[in-house]
Amino acid sequence: MADVNRGNRPLSPHLTIYRPQLTSITSIFVRITGNALLVAALMIVWWFVAAAAGPDAFATADGFMRSWFGDMVLFLSTWAVWYHMFGGIRHLIWDMGYMLDVDKSETAGLVMIIASVLMTVLTVIVV
Amino acid sequence: MTFMTDRKRAIGTGSAKSGTLSHWHMMISSVAMLLLLPIFIFQFGATLGGSYEEVVAYYSRPVPATIAALTMLVTFYHFRKGVQTLIEDYVHGVARKVLLIAMICLSYGAAAFGVFAVLRIAL
Repeated sequence: MADVNRGNRPLSPHLTIYRPQLTSITSIFVRITGNALLVAALMIVWWFVAAAAGPDAFATADGFMRSWFGDMVLFLSTWAVWYHMFGGIRHLIWDMGYMLDVDKSETAGLVMIIASVLMTVLTVIVV
Repeated sequence: MTFMTDRKRAIGTGSAKSGTLSHWHMMISSVAMLLLLPIFIFQFGATLGGSYEEVVAYYSRPVPATIAALTMLVTFYHFRKGVQTLIEDYVHGVARKVLLIAMICLSYGAAAFGVFAVLRIAL
């Protein structure tokens, strides 16, 4: 082995020991929320199919949607959809070449978190 | 070279050579959802909790029905591409292919069921 200095070189931080940062955490949550929203999306499709099928099928689907479990999924998904939406807006802004600096990305991350919580509260109040 | 646009420089690069179009489709669908989803969330949220007759009557109206159908089409298209990115990042080999096929079939299937249901209610 030509490199005699192995073990004495600085190592790039590995993912498992990397300090969590606002930019990385807000990014991974965009991925998690986006994919987790499949559950609510399928529930809503089921609800529409049941409404098309007739009153009996609708009663089953509607009962599930309005049960404590359905309610919990829909509430969490409400936050997830707003959060994912603000994350998407941040991506669209980045794609245009703006706010790519770390400090501006972190500001946008904070805005995403605060705005998604506010919109969730607003949705719960209105709906 | 100085006359090339940013898009022209990006096209055909990367391992798949087709990532630019995929990214462009994600941008289109995300902007479409920025318009559709807030309307859908408040319309659907207001309807949920009503009786069967109220729900059918509400989604028989042209605007809520069209918003719901468009939302399902665009959302499941966006999901189909988003989940592909997720699977390609974390799953490898045969499991990747199986999962990709399953999720793509599920996405288009759910969109078809959803749109048909809305049309059935509305018409």
